Amino acid sequence: MAELARDTLREMQLRMLRIRAFDERASKMVKRGHIPGTVHTSIGQEAQVVGATMALGAGDYMSGNHRSHGHPIGKGSPLGPLMAELVGKATGVCKGKGGSLHLADFAVGSLGESGIVGSSIPIANGAALSSKVLNNGKVALAFFGDGAANQGVLYESMNMAGVWDLPMIFLCENNQYALSTPAHTVTSGIISERAAGFGMPGIRVEEGQDVLAVYDAVSKAVARARAGDGPTLVEVMTYRYNEHSEGLRLGTDYRNAEERDAWLKKDPIMLFRHYLASHGFSDDELDGLQATALAEVDAAVAFSDASPYPDLSVAFDDLYTDKESAA
Amino acid sequence: MTVMSYLGAIGAAQREAMDADERVIIIGEDVEANVYGTTGGGKSRSDKGDFLQRYGKNRIRNTPISEEGIVGAAAGAAMTGLRPIVDLSYSSFLYMAMDQFVNQVAKNRYMFGGQASMPVVFRSAMFYGLNTGAHHSDRPYPMFMNVPGLKIIAPATPSDAKGLLRSAVDSDDPILSFEACLLWSAKEDVDENEFWVPLGVARTARVGTDVTVVAISSSVPEAVAAAEELAKEGVSVEVIDPRTLVPLDRDAILRSVAKTGRLVVAEPAHRTCGAAAEISALVAEEIFDSLKAPIIRVTAPDMQIPFSPSLEKQMYPTKVTIAAAIRRVVDLPALQPVAAAV
Ligand SMILES: Cc1ncc(C[n+]2csc(CCOP(=O)(O)OP(=O)(O)O)c2C)c(N)n1
Ligand SMILES: [Mg+2]
Repeated sequence: MAELARDTLREMQLRMLRIRAFDERASKMVKRGHIPGTVHTSIGQEAQVVGATMALGAGDYMSGNHRSHGHPIGKGSPLGPLMAELVGKATGVCKGKGGSLHLADFAVGSLGESGIVGSSIPIANGAALSSKVLNNGKVALAFFGDGAANQGVLYESMNMAGVWDLPMIFLCENNQYALSTPAHTVTSGIISERAAGFGMPGIRVEEGQDVLAVYDAVSKAVARARAGDGPTLVEVMTYRYNEHSEGLRLGTDYRNAEERDAWLKKDPIMLFRHYLASHGFSDDELDGLQATALAEVDAAVAFSDASPYPDLSVAFDDLYTDKESAA
Repeated sequence: MTVMSYLGAIGAAQREAMDADERVIIIGEDVEANVYGTTGGGKSRSDKGDFLQRYGKNRIRNTPISEEGIVGAAAGAAMTGLRPIVDLSYSSFLYMAMDQFVNQVAKNRYMFGGQASMPVVFRSAMFYGLNTGAHHSDRPYPMFMNVPGLKIIAPATPSDAKGLLRSAVDSDDPILSFEACLLWSAKEDVDENEFWVPLGVARTARVGTDVTVVAISSSVPEAVAAAEELAKEGVSVEVIDPRTLVPLDRDAILRSVAKTGRLVVAEPAHRTCGAAAEISALVAEEIFDSLKAPIIRVTAPDMQIPFSPSLEKQMYPTKVTIAAAIRRVVDLPALQPVAAAV
């Protein structure tokens, strides 16, 4: 892998810290009732998210799933409107009409997160199609889980992307569980190997807690897409630390403590901090990144707190481009 | 003016739209070979593959048989700068893509606070009345009327097929076009120049004073024929074709019924929660006092479509069943017992 600029390395750690701090705060806010409904955190999966989003260019597209905050944060979306969206404020990135499950920030190429498992995969595929038809050099990436990997629409989309050589990356976040269901109990074979059936490369990033390993794999896929050589399936092995969603209590122990401890020892932020420390970053600087992320989240919460709830009439906007068509 | 068939008029609109805007593409199964007759020459189902030669494979795209993937990709493409026309061939296949229609196409703009626009048209043919059995005979537009965020057109004439499709392609909202195969070969003089029929504006197919028949899709010519029969007995029937089902031209319907005081609604879809049910409720809610007789719906029954021609022909509204309903609302004696479809 080519040497990465110091600024890029720094930014990677900062974005991972942002996601962690944002999701830790969001988790608390759900439990205290400050965020209505629930959220799905990416805590533990920061390397997988940031390695992928930073391999994309600013103008590239992505779609995501219910584990939804990391994706736009990783793509560079400002935290204030994201937090305000989680709370349901007028200043939310979707004006309070999407919530955690439906974050979207078109300004950074985030075409939307999805509450329906698998459903947003073809959306990114369509963005890749438009890039191909318009010949604008953009790449699209769909984030989906190991659970979504068993939805048929993934394979319809992979087939179309393959046969049309779309500039597309299918990124499977394999955190090894779909809610309570261990992936290996419902998944035949290896997900990345399914790519072969569609004549596209399939890459499995075993060291998915290593942000550079993810970045490297996705960068190759992006380069291939941009060169017009078509799509890639990238499967990243990772682990979520929290429960499937915040506040959820299943009463069954479907994951064991040793497994969790083993993954905690490979914490992506800790691993990358060690890497940075051995590559010329001082402790002060690294602590400073942490402080910056926490301050940004504080500011995002303050922004949300200071924001009004939407006017009731907002519920009746944005269905169509013209208001009259809505009944 | 040129004589065009319904299908030829759709082809002409697609050609105009492709010429007018480079961002318009056509994707669907078998569109390259013009299997469904709307990607060939302008006037009729001929010149196979003509669109492919004219616009190339980048803009005329054969897809695999993957309706869910196609509809989702068209949505994503529409959100990022293209204006796809998706040819889904038969309406029965829309169900394969229900998640994409309901959860992505219809909801994205709203959920994302207006960030997305969704300029995409999904065309499909309602293949009923052709003895193809229950898997190819659906008229599913009412299901989609129940999904806020979609707009729905159901043209009944070649001119409307052409003009509505142009408006649909130019719209920044997602539009489902339901085209009745029974109308494919209908011919009339159509303006060969570009024109746009606005969405949400009904057409008065026939002016009358005693009864309003609101008719949808292939029920429009049946209603007009029934009106002509009744005219011989001195009953003056007004036929309103909404043309667009979402948004519905409520004013045109209410104005007509306020004038006539009587309403029959005819459509080829099933009875329960159909467009006819919606239109009946609208009139009952808004202008109950103008009504001189109960509203009558003439629809397909809540029954699957049988294959045998002898069975299928009783399933949809005809000029006979519509005329019988008109006779009831104006208190004329029935001509003969009419068993089905009322
Ligand atoms: C179509 C659909 N089926 C079921 C669900 C309920 N559900 C939400 S998340 C989830 C698990 C998804 O697992 P995975 O794709 O691995 O993502 P992860 O939560 O592990 O990140 C399930 C079953 C849903 N939202 N959508
Ligand atoms: Mg999972």
